[in-house]
Amino acid sequence: MLLPTLLFFLVNSYFPMVGVYYAFTQFDFNSGLLDAPFVGLKNFEFLWKSGTLVKLTLNTIGYNLAFILLGNVLAIVCAILLSELRVKWFKKLTQSIMFLPYFVSFVILSVIVYNVFNYDNGFLNTLLARFGAGPVDVYNKPVVWIFLIIVFYLWKNLGYSMVIYLASITGISDEYYEAAKIDGAHIFQRIWYITVPMLKSTFIVLLLFSLGSIMKGQFDLFYQLIGNNGVLYNTTDILDTYVFRSLKVTFDIGMATAAGVYQSLFGFILIMTVNYIIRKINDDYALF
Amino acid sequence: MHIKDDHYTRLLQGLAYTVIILGSLACLVPFLLIISASLTANDSIIKDGYHLIPAQFSLEGYKTVFTFPDEVLRAYGVTLFTTVTGTTLGLFFMTMAGYVLARKDFKYRNTFSFYIYFTTLFGGGLVPWYIMMTKYLHLTDSYGALIFPGLMTPFLIILMKNFIRSAVPEELFESAKIDGAGDFKIYWRIVLQLSMPGIATVGLFLALAYWNDWFSSSLFINDPHKYQLQFHLYNVINSAAFIANMGAGTGVSLGSDLPTESTKMAMAIVVTGPILFLYPFIQRYFVKGLTIGAVKG
Repeated sequence: MLLPTLLFFLVNSYFPMVGVYYAFTQFDFNSGLLDAPFVGLKNFEFLWKSGTLVKLTLNTIGYNLAFILLGNVLAIVCAILLSELRVKWFKKLTQSIMFLPYFVSFVILSVIVYNVFNYDNGFLNTLLARFGAGPVDVYNKPVVWIFLIIVFYLWKNLGYSMVIYLASITGISDEYYEAAKIDGAHIFQRIWYITVPMLKSTFIVLLLFSLGSIMKGQFDLFYQLIGNNGVLYNTTDILDTYVFRSLKVTFDIGMATAAGVYQSLFGFILIMTVNYIIRKINDDYALF
Repeated sequence: MHIKDDHYTRLLQGLAYTVIILGSLACLVPFLLIISASLTANDSIIKDGYHLIPAQFSLEGYKTVFTFPDEVLRAYGVTLFTTVTGTTLGLFFMTMAGYVLARKDFKYRNTFSFYIYFTTLFGGGLVPWYIMMTKYLHLTDSYGALIFPGLMTPFLIILMKNFIRSAVPEELFESAKIDGAGDFKIYWRIVLQLSMPGIATVGLFLALAYWNDWFSSSLFINDPHKYQLQFHLYNVINSAAFIANMGAGTGVSLGSDLPTESTKMAMAIVVTGPILFLYPFIQRYFVKGLTIGAVKG
């Protein structure tokens, strides 16, 4: 009964690991795995020398750190505030509304971004025009997109992590709060000294899971927002989008494989290190 | 002391309502923008841009989408088919796997768990996977390419395993065995019946992923007849040539002033429609499932 699953992962995940070999060859789509001429580390060397690898790594890790930190902090704040709402229907309604963006596809997200930011008739420029300001060509401003990508990530995922934190808050026993109340702690003290510490374990579990995928960065988000807009690559290109483009647009198969291998290996070492450190500090929180 | 307490409580309440209302608005307004744009006359968009409230109300965007409904309907069909097939198959396999891994008397469960988990740590990367799918499995332009990759994820299998472990008591396996039930019968008659909330959650995750998938189409599908709904929308947004193509095959001249802008937005609404419609019903299950799955780890 486990067989279909084992087969699935064998074909979908383990077989492609053999293909890592392509990274060391000059790939040609017509040749087999072993016919392709072996070029050693040349693909990696090129990626390294052109500075691509460094830029991609910094972007990938930078964005992910921002996603993880801002995402969790905002989710905790919103979950706490939401749990303090007293009108029940309002609490349910707003929770549903904030969870909604999680359900729509990234393609819809790109429609939204197009609607708001496109130069000719985007909502932003409409709004600016009303206040007498000139139009802004957002698609030509690489630096703005750092901010935009983070904002849209938060927009889409906040509801999801908020629900998880909300569940943990609901699980905290009322007795703690009553005891604190009798001791004269006001509501902010009760939140700071009871709720926040109680969320620590949920936070750590979520943190570790997201650290594990820090080298794989939200491909859908980046690709749907940026697409093949070369002007923005410097600030918005991550390993995933680079590999995808090399495969589908520029056909640098060997290079794309090399970047993919680097991504996998680097990510793997990163997870192992993080896990090792965590195990040293506190065994309970280690991933495996 | 009490007066001070009330003061802080009121402060927090005010803060909570303000932040949550602002947050909810931020989540809603983008949808309103699209809805409004889909209901605005195209000329008005070209002249004055997008507004929050239609400057000039018109249904022409929707009319254009449904003048030649074939493409949208076909894309709907493809997505519906892959979603139903993928979710059914994936659920079947993942519940079986979850059941086996949840059985404490299964000796190799840790080995196999790691075998599954390891794929999240290390992989061959996109390119070798792509080459295998196209060159060795020959899945280009087949529904298999749309269904196969999303069938299972380690995360959902682990979620399923945790559900089964918490929903079905160990003793039940033993007593069923004594009564002469085989492993598959235990799975089919007992495990599936008892872990329905878990199955609903995992199924919803799976269905959502299939419904929102555009990536598989963009990688493996060249035949426009097999485009998924989201990829179809993606093309509509990104190609100005879309409208021209739509009229080309039918011999009908659409003229030069086509409602492109409002059509794009109308198409987005048509694609999102079912999710927004079902959302109030399925949202509860998601919250419930996430709560059980995440808190128990």
